[in-house]
Amino acid sequence: MEGDIVEMGKFIGAGLATIGMGGAAIGVGSIVGNFLSGALRNPSAAGGQTAMLFIGIAFAEAFGIFSFLVALLLMFAV
Amino acid sequence: MSAEAQAEGMQFHPMEQFRLESLFGGDIHWYTPTNATLWMGLAVLAIIGLLVLGTRKRAIVPSRTQSVAELAYGFVHSMVEDVAGKEALKYFPYIMTLFIFIVFSNFLGLIPMSFSTTSHMAVTVVLALMVFVSVTLLGFYLHGIKFLGLFWVSSAPLALRPVLAIIEIISYFVRPVSHSIRLAGNVMAGHAVIEVFATFAGSILIAPLAMVGIVAMFGMDVLVAFIQAYVFTILTCVYLKDALHPSH
Repeated sequence: MEGDIVEMGKFIGAGLATIGMGGAAIGVGSIVGNFLSGALRNPSAAGGQTAMLFIGIAFAEAFGIFSFLVALLLMFAV
Repeated sequence: MSAEAQAEGMQFHPMEQFRLESLFGGDIHWYTPTNATLWMGLAVLAIIGLLVLGTRKRAIVPSRTQSVAELAYGFVHSMVEDVAGKEALKYFPYIMTLFIFIVFSNFLGLIPMSFSTTSHMAVTVVLALMVFVSVTLLGFYLHGIKFLGLFWVSSAPLALRPVLAIIEIISYFVRPVSHSIRLAGNVMAGHAVIEVFATFAGSILIAPLAMVGIVAMFGMDVLVAFIQAYVFTILTCVYLKDALHPSH
């Protein structure tokens, strides 16, 4: 019985941890959307900024990956 | 249905594909050749095939292999120059090595039934720590104690600077963590999701949907394999730029 509750807590915790990935999705969407709206206003300057775009995406995405990692740790390591 | 029959009917192990196995049987020690060793070795062989054998003729009109090799070289070269500046070109070979190795490991991991080495944090942590340690040492070597100016934001008001310094130091030491986990997490997540869809394909009702899902996720993974290698190298360039020009 006690083991079942621990198991249940693990699954609930892993499910809750994945909510954080939604935040990463919002962040990446906001970055790309703003890049696109800027790029459409001044297409000639957009080409030089793709590196910045990917750096921004990487930073925003890192935190989503962290929450994914927490979920994985709860599922398989704890 | 008993619990055992249920466990047999629905095998659900999306993480099984990342298991390390000894090539010749027996226990795994630090020197044991495993499937990770095999696929890393294959990646190195493929890189040699592309970059050494492909460019051996040095034709003026390049063959297909040679133009791919030249394309990869030019891509990384311009990335280092754009992001980290002209002085950073001295360190171009290291960054090229990182990029090519990660790209090849990612794409070899996409072959069905293969083993993706970059999904293991042990691999990516080594790559990220090498970048972190060498960039930090380079900063201290080039600028001495002035390298600590990286943490002292001189454009901010004086009262804020100690607080900002603490934040900057924390973010500096989180760098290798996020640098490595980003690559491993993305690759691992992509492969695990494909496996989850593959499990759904066992049921006849949702099998067509699962197949579409597998194809879509595989296309996504091909993109991710390249973009994550690109992101890893571009962040290396950003860190290198911080070491070359530490003042804010």
